[in-house]
Amino acid sequence: MKVLVPVKRVIDYNVKARVKSDQTGVDLANVKMSMNPFCEIAVEEAVRLQEKGVATEVVAVSIGPIQAQETIRTALAMGAERGILIQTDADPEPLEVAKLLAAVAKAEEPRLILMGKQAIDGDNNAVGQMLSALLGWPQATFASKVEVTGDTVRVTREVDGGLQTLELDLPAVVTADLRLNEPRYASLPNIMKAKRKTIDIKTPDDFGGLGEGHLKVVKVTEPPKRVAGVKVENAAELVAKLKTEAGVI
Amino acid sequence: MAVLVVADHDNAELKDTTQKTVTAALALSKDVDVLVAGKGIAAVAAQAAKITGVRKVLTAESDALGQHIGEALSALVTPLMANYDDLLTPATTVGKNFAPRVAALLDVAPISEILEVVDADTFVRPIYAGNALETVHSSDAKKIITVRATAFKPAEDGGSAPIEAIDPGPGAPHTRFVSEEIVKSDRPELAGAKIVVSGGRAMGSAEEFHRVIEPLADKLGAAVGASRAAVDAGYAPNDYQVGQTGKVVAPQLYVAIGISGAIQHLAGMKDSKVIVAINKDADAPIFQVADYGLVADYKTAVPELMAALTAAGK
Repeated sequence: MKVLVPVKRVIDYNVKARVKSDQTGVDLANVKMSMNPFCEIAVEEAVRLQEKGVATEVVAVSIGPIQAQETIRTALAMGAERGILIQTDADPEPLEVAKLLAAVAKAEEPRLILMGKQAIDGDNNAVGQMLSALLGWPQATFASKVEVTGDTVRVTREVDGGLQTLELDLPAVVTADLRLNEPRYASLPNIMKAKRKTIDIKTPDDFGGLGEGHLKVVKVTEPPKRVAGVKVENAAELVAKLKTEAGVI
Repeated sequence: MAVLVVADHDNAELKDTTQKTVTAALALSKDVDVLVAGKGIAAVAAQAAKITGVRKVLTAESDALGQHIGEALSALVTPLMANYDDLLTPATTVGKNFAPRVAALLDVAPISEILEVVDADTFVRPIYAGNALETVHSSDAKKIITVRATAFKPAEDGGSAPIEAIDPGPGAPHTRFVSEEIVKSDRPELAGAKIVVSGGRAMGSAEEFHRVIEPLADKLGAAVGASRAAVDAGYAPNDYQVGQTGKVVAPQLYVAIGISGAIQHLAGMKDSKVIVAINKDADAPIFQVADYGLVADYKTAVPELMAALTAAGK
């Protein structure tokens, strides 16, 4: 069974995003970039399926600038077999990404697409669902457990209020939530080995092209800042202030 | 210019995220219909019909809809959009699960978790875990939108819209419901609670978390939350997590106990009206957003707080 894992290069999880003064976006110059953490979880899960003998090949695909090769290389060092980069300096919106990935899926014919539930830059949480709809494949989002048996996959999902378990016919799209697994650190030998693995560099035109885009960012601004309030001396003073000053209890 | 709001409910009760989404919808159109898709939903539909400003309530019932299967919901909603300009639904796990599917099937770019309606085509939404706000303009004729409900006031009751049953659609032939574990609690639901009491890693164990946080929450009639650190350490269940990767809350009062205030936690609670922080580390970042800070060990501060609340008649 082939598993396709889309991965995205984003601002590193530990770096605080700063809005550019001209309000055109977030400043990404000289900022550490890494694989989106949810994508990392998806790669880890795919590699575990491979180690269990369930997956026969794990293919990582990324859409982005030439530097996104590094992101694919990270996936290869974790254990993916080969990579595909759809190189573009445009920042395609989720609908365009889903269309490109649908074309990749038609060419690669995976039985399972495992991907992050959202990227931590745009926070859209949409590509997996759109990809599933475009392909006409079933979906399970927010996965915290994935078990493949024959032609089906059983997925436990983190939903509001608890957990839901679904069974999907393969091929299917599964999006990873935070607690699906803890991604490994690639070992040095595996990082060296990854350098010899293949990354095919393609263009959006190889997969149907990029559309115009339906969304235009008007501006990006800082959220309103909260200012620190007062320190209270003890619990009694706190209760008094909450009652009379804030009026919330 | 009609708008369809897909209701948030658990088949028994309408969630107030729906009323808040109706408020966002009324900023776009006077003609707002609400779809209640589920199973055994007569009471939910009756609640939806009472929302002021709702023109009509549509109901659709099947097992798959009752289980909130995304494919079943999108297969039901997509053809309905021939009659509507916009679709709005709360950004719950159900809404996030099905709305992008509808968008893809209609070749529309979805707009996630809006905080504000600027005009019919322009919306404000958080990006980078709320560290930036994006104002985005859509050129799509129809909009598919999820709404961060905490950013909108609930529409009031007072209406009496007609209720009309419709065909539930084709379901989800390749997706089967296996089971569900929904945590039952007498406390208010975290996402909609007026008061939230959250505990952090300082609790040190699940037993301590229960012993300290829960009685205080019950005294205040509050929901219980937790930081990601506390959840990852196993002190509290996953669905307690407040933050970028958990739930976003905006209660009247948020009480953070033994929580340092990592960016990822602040992203989930910084829109609360009043924030109280109790932490023994005076330099903890949580104090930079707290309206009232108490520098103290929770082990002494929480019992004192309980006593002070009792003294104040709570």
